[in-house]
Amino acid sequence: MAQKTLAGKNLEVTDEGYLQDFNQWNEDIAREIAREEGIELGDEHFQVLNFLREKYQEGANLTIRKVGKSGITDIKGFYKLFPGGPLKKASKIAGIPKPTSCV
Amino acid sequence: MKKIVILGAGTGGTIMANKLRKVLSRDQWEITIVDKDKTHYYQPGFLFIPFGIYNKNDVIKPKSDFLPPGVQVIYNGIDKIEPNNTQVLLEGGQVLQYDYLIVATGTDISPEETPGLKDGSLWRKEIFDFYTLDGAVALREFFRDWEGGRLVVNIAELPFKCPVAPLEFSFLADAYFTEAGIREKVDITFVTPLSGAFTKPKASRMLGDLLEEKNIRVVPDFYLESVDNEKKVIRSYDEQEIPFDVLTIVPVNTGSSLVERSDMGDDLNFIPTDKYTLQSKNHENIFVLGDASDIPTSKAGSVVHFASEVVYENLLSAIENRPLKAQFDGHSNCYIETGYGNGSIIDFNYDTEPLPGTFPLPGVGPFGLLQNTKMNHYGKVLFRWIYWHILLKGKEMPIESQMTMAGKKS
Ligand SMILES: Cc1cc2nc3c(=O)[nH]c(=O)nc-3n(C[C@H](O)[C@H](O)[C@H](O)COP(=O)(O)OP(=O)(O)OC[C@H]3O[C@@H](n4cnc5c(N)ncnc54)[C@H](O)[C@@H]3O)c2cc1C
Repeated sequence: MAQKTLAGKNLEVTDEGYLQDFNQWNEDIAREIAREEGIELGDEHFQVLNFLREKYQEGANLTIRKVGKSGITDIKGFYKLFPGGPLKKASKIAGIPKPTSCV
Repeated sequence: MKKIVILGAGTGGTIMANKLRKVLSRDQWEITIVDKDKTHYYQPGFLFIPFGIYNKNDVIKPKSDFLPPGVQVIYNGIDKIEPNNTQVLLEGGQVLQYDYLIVATGTDISPEETPGLKDGSLWRKEIFDFYTLDGAVALREFFRDWEGGRLVVNIAELPFKCPVAPLEFSFLADAYFTEAGIREKVDITFVTPLSGAFTKPKASRMLGDLLEEKNIRVVPDFYLESVDNEKKVIRSYDEQEIPFDVLTIVPVNTGSSLVERSDMGDDLNFIPTDKYTLQSKNHENIFVLGDASDIPTSKAGSVVHFASEVVYENLLSAIENRPLKAQFDGHSNCYIETGYGNGSIIDFNYDTEPLPGTFPLPGVGPFGLLQNTKMNHYGKVLFRWIYWHILLKGKEMPIESQMTMAGKKS
């Protein structure tokens, strides 16, 4: 467990920098985490982030495929928006827990 | 007469038919089970076929050998479930009414989800799966005369059934080509969408070390977009390319298309299921057993077996209008073949990752958790006998269905 100041707020985060409390999230926090990941957030980014937050609240298993079928972007586009590990990065920026792939 | 309908006579459906017929009176309850296939496949055995350890006849038996008298068996494709009318439509038009429905239609490969896989020129010539009997047999034929080159083992998407199978495949390939005297001509690469060999940290480390020891290269975080048959490369969404001479792939796994036709599944046709009670989230009189569900644990025969206890108890409670008390803990137990007559074993549930120790008896074993031993390999060999003779028949097994911490070291 760690503390981190983001957008002027003192927040609890995991060792890997994921927010502990999904409710503390706001768009400024998202922008700041994104900047640390080298990403400037635009409209499309926020649409994906809101989609992820919504699905997370519904208790859905989040997958890259699901984002690809969201109608916001396709999988290739998702990789372009969040290069590297798109689901991991986008989850971190969206203030939701690190995705666990259950196998 | 009240009616229970079971969809799918694979591992889970067969277990349930046996368990339920024993306790429910034949005057009051009619039990019907439906499957498109008359053959029962011992799927864990597919892994051994490419290496000539098992052949086709070792892994197939008639389904009728395992279904008890007093159960109506229908060999027919299932078209769809109409949950609001509490009925199932079979292909050809037959309609089955039910009071309770158990869906155990498993998961299958969908290679058509990946461009260039099934529709390319190399499918079953230089690209194989070992998740179907035909794929495993075709790969056996290929390996017989292969003189070496780049063998790529790839997992297309998560989740997939038996998550350790592609690792075991890689270990067995290492041993097989070593014994054939051509290991130095075979380059084995394990390409996975996971961030390491496996998801759970301790097991991932142990299995990752084994891969390294056996000189198998791991490419993590690779999410397959397409297969290029001309260039003979697999390509990821972020445009990495990995060349192959032979590709062994676990294609995208999806639930049965009947789930999609019934509009009851998620984007991979897995059915939203309460992970504790195993009841469908949307329909009270439907239980979902095994690979067909979306519960967050391995899709594996051992899980189906442990979960069948819970479905059994909760279904009986539902019939008597009592609360559903049995809770599934996600218990999974996998033997892992590591080659050269050795094996490892992992035991875990929703909350506890695989830990080292002994199993099932604390301090005694005989199996070593997260260890590489001869005894663990015998466990896997024995499993086939147990599967045919004890597990499918729904008999008691000498292992608790709830995971225990006894014998584990955290
Ligand atoms: C290569 C490989 C290795 C494995 N190794 C292991 C292992 O070592 N240990 C382990 O525990 N597990 C292992 N497994 C996994 C295990 O075999 C499965 O998890 C288990 O069999 C799932 O049981 P199930 O009842 O959910 O589905 P299945 O046993 O797959 O049964 C589903 C049934 O539904 C029928 N069906 C589906 N759709 C329809 C339809 N529309 N109409 C009619 N019938 C339909 C099918 O014909 C099938 O008979 C392995 C699997 C593979 C492929």
